[in-house]
Amino acid sequence: MRMSKIVRTGANLLYPFVLIFGLYVIMHGHLTPGGGFQGGAVVATGVALVIVAYSFEEVTSMIKKVGMKARESIGLLLFIGAGVAALAAGAPFFSNILANSGLLFGQTVPAGPNPGDLNTAGVIPIMNVAVGIEVWGGLAIIVLYMLSSIPEEGS
Amino acid sequence: MIEVAIHTLVIAGLIASALMVFYFRDLLAATLAAGFFSFLISVEFYILQAPDVAISQAAIGAGLTTAIFIIAIRATSRYEGGQP
Repeated sequence: MRMSKIVRTGANLLYPFVLIFGLYVIMHGHLTPGGGFQGGAVVATGVALVIVAYSFEEVTSMIKKVGMKARESIGLLLFIGAGVAALAAGAPFFSNILANSGLLFGQTVPAGPNPGDLNTAGVIPIMNVAVGIEVWGGLAIIVLYMLSSIPEEGS
Repeated sequence: MIEVAIHTLVIAGLIASALMVFYFRDLLAATLAAGFFSFLISVEFYILQAPDVAISQAAIGAGLTTAIFIIAIRATSRYEGGQP
């Protein structure tokens, strides 16, 4: 069953917007509803949209199994690296060493009602990004492996 | 008052889409009805003030599960076998 031209053009058109919205949910995980897992699932939905619209031979030029496996591994390494970095700085495991330090994500949260500052919360946004990349690769590779087992179409 | 009306509409839509999943013989249409069921569940979560769960449900239930079902239908046949 080959998808129609409408489906393929719509998937091409929607793919960058879904990707940007998912990355926004990941990046604002410590301020708004959602976080690493939710944003990663939204991004993986955009990848699954493209995977559904094309056949396996066409989709491998855009989305590769090696890239998705690499995303999964990089996310896990970044998450455990954030924990070990706190250990290396002399603090307990997974301690929030970057909060209120003035470095990356190190601003102090202003008092009172405010719309939220992106540059706060220390290690938590880094962990959100790690979980987001990991979920992106993990959920996309499930759908990609399902598509790769479909026999050759056209009969 | 308006909340009761929205709840009633959402729950009526849930029952209607669940019955559609049961009665459709075209499996692609049944899959899309299941995706619409998931979307209505997500709206219900949002009304009940759980936006976190609503984002998860909309992404996993309405997006990825529908994609997996569509890929499974592509590998098999589109119409349900047995009695016509």
